[in-house]
Amino acid sequence: MASLDVTGVTKSFGATHVLHGINLAVEDGEMIVIVGASGCGKSTLLRIVAGLETATSGSIRIAGREVAALEPAERDIAMVFQNYALYPHMTVEQNMAYGLKIRGLPRAEITRRVAEAAGLLGIEALLTRRPRQLSGGQRQRVAMGRAIVREPKLFLFDEPLSNLDAKLRVQMRAEIRRLQRRLGVTSLFVTHDQIEAMTLGDRLVVMHAGHAAQIATPMEIWARPADTYVAGFIGSPAMNFLDGTLAEGGHAVALKAGPVLRFADGPRAGGEGMPLTIGIRPEHVAVAEGGLDLPLDLVEPLGSETVLHGRLPGGEALVVKLGGPAPGQSSLPVAFPAEALHVFDGGTGKRLDP
Amino acid sequence: MRKTIFKGTALPLLLLAPQLVITAIFFLWPAGAAIWQSLLQEDPWGTRSEFVGLRNFAEVLAEPEWRGAAWNTLLFSTSVAVLAMGTALFLAVQADKSIRGANLYRTLLIWPYAVAPAVAAVLWLFLFHPSIGLVGRALNQAGLAWDYKLNGNQAMLLVIVAAAWKQVSYNFIFFLAGLQSIPRAVLEAAAIDGAKPVRRFWTIILPLLSPTAFFLLVVNLVYAFFDTFGVIHALTGGGPGKATETLIYKVYVEGVQNVNLGSSSAQSVILMVLVIALTAVQFRFIERKVHY
Ligand SMILES: Nc1ncnc2c1ncn2[C@@H]1O[C@H](COP(=O)(O)OP(=O)(O)OP(=O)(O)O)[C@@H](O)[C@H]1O
Ligand SMILES: [Mg+2]
Repeated sequence: MASLDVTGVTKSFGATHVLHGINLAVEDGEMIVIVGASGCGKSTLLRIVAGLETATSGSIRIAGREVAALEPAERDIAMVFQNYALYPHMTVEQNMAYGLKIRGLPRAEITRRVAEAAGLLGIEALLTRRPRQLSGGQRQRVAMGRAIVREPKLFLFDEPLSNLDAKLRVQMRAEIRRLQRRLGVTSLFVTHDQIEAMTLGDRLVVMHAGHAAQIATPMEIWARPADTYVAGFIGSPAMNFLDGTLAEGGHAVALKAGPVLRFADGPRAGGEGMPLTIGIRPEHVAVAEGGLDLPLDLVEPLGSETVLHGRLPGGEALVVKLGGPAPGQSSLPVAFPAEALHVFDGGTGKRLDP
Repeated sequence: MRKTIFKGTALPLLLLAPQLVITAIFFLWPAGAAIWQSLLQEDPWGTRSEFVGLRNFAEVLAEPEWRGAAWNTLLFSTSVAVLAMGTALFLAVQADKSIRGANLYRTLLIWPYAVAPAVAAVLWLFLFHPSIGLVGRALNQAGLAWDYKLNGNQAMLLVIVAAAWKQVSYNFIFFLAGLQSIPRAVLEAAAIDGAKPVRRFWTIILPLLSPTAFFLLVVNLVYAFFDTFGVIHALTGGGPGKATETLIYKVYVEGVQNVNLGSSSAQSVILMVLVIALTAVQFRFIERKVHY
C-alpha cells in the first residue's frame, strides 16, 4: 500500500507526442480510474507507472520514492493485462506462485498465499489447470490472483474486463471493487467504458488527447464537467450542446434556437454577445406546456424510460430522456430548466462558472 | 482452409501427376531398388547375383567398421545439432532484441543456407587447410599443431563446425519466428513479477520455444545424417583413416568405391528406416503438439 505521485509526465514516441504533462496524486488505498477514448494515452500512462515505458520527462513517485531509475521488478507493483498475459506453459498455481518464487519466499508461505488468493477468487478447483483449459472469465480471475498474491504497493489494471461478455463484466466489476476495498491496495484502473469508470473509481481521470481533462470524483464530473469533452464523454445518452451568446449583461444566454434563458446561479464574466455552448443532459430537459416545439424523428423505448431524438427550430439536434413509456405525439414542447444548464465558453469549450 | 471440389477424377489426377511422377522416379524407384538390392549378393565381377535374404544386414551389423561409422555418426550428428541450434538460438535472441537493423542481420544470417554443401566445404577448406588455409596457417604459426589431414579429432571438429555452420541459418529463422510469436505482454508480466532477463529466458522463453526446438532437433539430426555427405566428402573424404566416416559416407564408400552393392544397399536401407523412425516420432509429437 502506498501513495502514487505523477508529476508533469510527458511521453513522445519519436515525433508523436502522446502525453502532454500529466499530474496526478493518488492517496494510499484509493482507486483511480483512467478513462478516455481509444488512443488518448491511457495505456501509455499506466505502462510508464509500471516501468515498461520510460517517460520523456516528469517524475513518478511510489510511496514518496522516485522510481524513474527502477526496473518494473523493483517497483513492487502488480499489473493485470487486457489479454491476461498468463504464462501459457504453467499451471494456474505456478502462474500465481511465479513472482513469489522469484522473491525467494519460503515454500510454505507461497502455498499459503496462493491458497488464500484462490479462495478469495473462487478458483481453488482450477489450480492444476493450464491457461488454455480456462474460460475467459476464469483466466481473468487467475490474472487477478497473480496480482493479489504478490501483496504489492500498487495494482495496475489495463482494461481487464474488455474481453468478457456483458454479464460477466458487470459481475467481475463488482468483484474487483469489493476486492480492492477489502485489500485496500492503491489502484490505477484503465478503461474506456464510462459505466465501469463511474462505478469503480473513487476518482476519475478523464483523459483527452494526452491531457488529463478533469480529475475528480465520478459525481463531481457528472455534475460539473470541466469542459465540453468531459461533459459529452460522461453520461449516457450524451449531453446536448446548444449554441448561444451571452446576454443581459452576463445574466442570461440567448440560444440560437430562440429562447433567452436566465442563469440560476449568477452572471458569467464576458462581453455581451460572447459565444457560449450550453450543455443540458437529456434527462434534465423538461416537457412543459408552452415550451419550444421539438418535432421527433426517432423514439427509443427502453422499458423504464424512453429516449427521444428530435431537431430544434434552428436545426440543432436534441435528445430527451423521459421516465415512463413513450408519448403518443409526433412533437413535444420542451423547456430547459435554468438550474440544469452547464455553461461553456463557445471558443475554448472550458466550463464558465459565475 | 478453402476447399475446392472437382467434378470427376481426371483433372485432379492430372494436376497431381507431375509430383507423383517425380516422387516415383526419384524416391520410390531407387528406394525399392535399394531394398531389393539389399537382399541380393553379387559375385565380384557383377555378372551374377544370388538371393541371400537378410544376410547382408546381419553382416553389416556385425562389422566393426560399420559400428565405428555408427559411433562417428552419433557423435557427429549430436554435435552438429547442438552446435547449430545453440548458435542459432543465441543469434535469434540477439536479433529479437534489436529489431532495428534486424533485416540486414537476418539476411546475412540466411545466406549460408543458400550455399551448396560442396561450396561451403571449399570455403572451410580455404580457411582451415594446414598449409594454404588462412586460419590453418595462423594456428600452426601460433604453435598449435593443426593438421586435420593427420589428426582425426581435428578432422571431426572441422566437419562438425562446417556442417553446423550451414544449418545455423535454417534454425535461426525458426527460432526467430518462435521468439516473435511469444506475446510481449507475457514477458512484461514476468518482468513485473520480478524476473530478470536471464531468468525470463530460462523460465518463460525457453519453455515456450520447446516445440520449435524439438522440431528443429529432428530436422537437424536428419540433416546431419544425410545432407552432410558433400561437406565430409569435400573436406576430409571420411579420413584420416576412418575418423570422419559417417554412415551415409560409408554407404558411398561401400557402393561406389568398393562396389559392394548388396552391403551398401543394406546400409542405406538401415538409414532409411532410421529417418522414417525419426519422422514418425516428429509426426506423433506434432499431433499431440503442445499448443500454448
Ligand atoms: N510504441 C509506440 N510507438 C509509437 N506510438 C505508440 C507506441 N505506443 C503507443 N503509441 C501511440 O500512442 C497513442 C496512445 O496509445 P495508448 O496505447 O496509450 O492508447 P490507449 O488510450 O490505451 O488506447 P486504447 O483504449 O485503444 O487501448 C496512440 O496514438 C498510439 O498509436
Ligand atoms: Mg490501451
